[in-house]
Amino acid sequence: MAKEVGKDFPILSRKVHGKRLVYLDSAATSQKPESVLDAERAYYETMNANVHRGVHTLSAEATEAYENARKKVAAFINSSPEEIIFTRNATEGINLVSKTFGMANLKRGDLIVLTVMEHHSNIVPWQQLANERGALLAFVDIDGRGVLDQQQYLSFLKKKPKIVVFTQISNVLGTLNPVKEMTRRAHDAGAVVLVDACQSVSHTAIDVKDIGCDFLVFSGHKMLGPTGIGALYGRKELLEHMPPFLVGGDMIREVTLSKSTWNDVPHKFEAGTPNVAGAIGLAAAVDYLQTYGMDKVAGHVRTLTDYALRQLKKVPGISILGSDDRIGLVSFVMEGIPPHDVASILDDHGVAVRSGHHCAMPLHARLGLESSVRASFQIYNTKEDIDVLVDALLHCRKVFGL
Amino acid sequence: MNNKTFPNEQMYQEIILDHFRNPKNSGVVKNANGHAHDVNTACGDEVGITLLVKKDIIKDVKFDGKGCAISIAATSMLTENIIGNKVADVIAMDKQEVLDLLGVPISGMRLKCALLGFKVLKMAIVEYEGKK
Ligand SMILES: Cc1ncc(COP(=O)(O)O)c(C=O)c1O
Repeated sequence: MAKEVGKDFPILSRKVHGKRLVYLDSAATSQKPESVLDAERAYYETMNANVHRGVHTLSAEATEAYENARKKVAAFINSSPEEIIFTRNATEGINLVSKTFGMANLKRGDLIVLTVMEHHSNIVPWQQLANERGALLAFVDIDGRGVLDQQQYLSFLKKKPKIVVFTQISNVLGTLNPVKEMTRRAHDAGAVVLVDACQSVSHTAIDVKDIGCDFLVFSGHKMLGPTGIGALYGRKELLEHMPPFLVGGDMIREVTLSKSTWNDVPHKFEAGTPNVAGAIGLAAAVDYLQTYGMDKVAGHVRTLTDYALRQLKKVPGISILGSDDRIGLVSFVMEGIPPHDVASILDDHGVAVRSGHHCAMPLHARLGLESSVRASFQIYNTKEDIDVLVDALLHCRKVFGL
Repeated sequence: MNNKTFPNEQMYQEIILDHFRNPKNSGVVKNANGHAHDVNTACGDEVGITLLVKKDIIKDVKFDGKGCAISIAATSMLTENIIGNKVADVIAMDKQEVLDLLGVPISGMRLKCALLGFKVLKMAIVEYEGKK
């Protein structure tokens, strides 16, 4: 699959230090297929105009393309267009929820449940909210395999939290959390649930109705789409009762000098001229993924992940973070070679991996580490990519005299 | 090995690896009168420096840190080099002088690693000056 897929991604034909680029940093941001680039370009070349604001042909076409993008993204996760708010990225989606729903509904002493495996963007907004509202935070721990402690989760739910947030796939451990079951339990306890789907949206089929969550966020740039566009799914009843986030043009119904009334959802949450080209590019990314189908994409990524685990385990001195049951990425440390130095030496071989804390400092602290190396996979990666990675890791050991 | 095709590997010469594995001046100066600590926000590399200054001469300096080979080796070499120097001369060092101590070409993405110790050292001197 990936061989033919790779041809659709222009950047994959470039060289780094004279070697073929082996891009294994898709968990940070994925590469983009030509169809996404073409869609953005075509928008600017043929219909660029401001949306929702004109009666002229271009404005009508741009508005239609933008709203069609919303429909496509909505259908992709089995929601409806009024429930999809375009944001800049997942981080903005989480901030939107914490600053509107959170500020309106949390009181002193209320509890927010999170997990220790969250990305900073699903921790910091809640810390901020807790500080401002005098609310409390409880973090579900992981066990030795990097799996969430469900017993502890249930014990936190007994304390009747107001908000429960968790990631579907950890961006460090690759663990796939049982989001449907966790959502059901949280709802039984009366909480509102936000799911971070950043890492899962291009590795699993997502159905928000099936998961049952109240909010779900993701970024376009990790799912083959452009940067600067992401989506927040919110259940319509909740969105309708939430105060606005940013205020200004487009999100209003009527403005007088003394007061304003808000537009219908989702427009109430999209102040100012939106990223029209980005939304169109994101819809093209959805189309691209759907030409293969999410089952096939997931199968490919899972096969690669399993292969990577098997091959990496053969590298002397390697310790892999988390359990074997994972999808999309493998984080590890090498005995005697700090992660940053591993990544630098790999770069010489055209291999792009992430080193550092991957915006998950609490999880690294929990694992007793400052940082790790992460190799992450997408639809366009191949087993050969992993072979190059493994050879380059063996070379790192030579450079360090190990 | 060719510089152009393996630019990063050039950094890992024996001297750098030696300083990484057996850093000089690692630890804490007990009766220190200058202290500082900082992290490289991009990667989490961390360096703490304690120093003892007497009559504007650096009598002792030690560091403890967690991080990559480049930041540890660079800090080790820097501390080794400045003991006995005048505070004013250390503050006046420019980045290139610090990089030159390493004797290997540092690639662009790693400059922050190589200069983290120097940054913290200057912070420690500023702290000392502030107390004077
Ligand atoms: C699990 C997870 N959540 C949130 C984010 C934040 O995404 P963004 O920086 O696009 O807002 C990331 C990506 O870095 C992630 O991996």
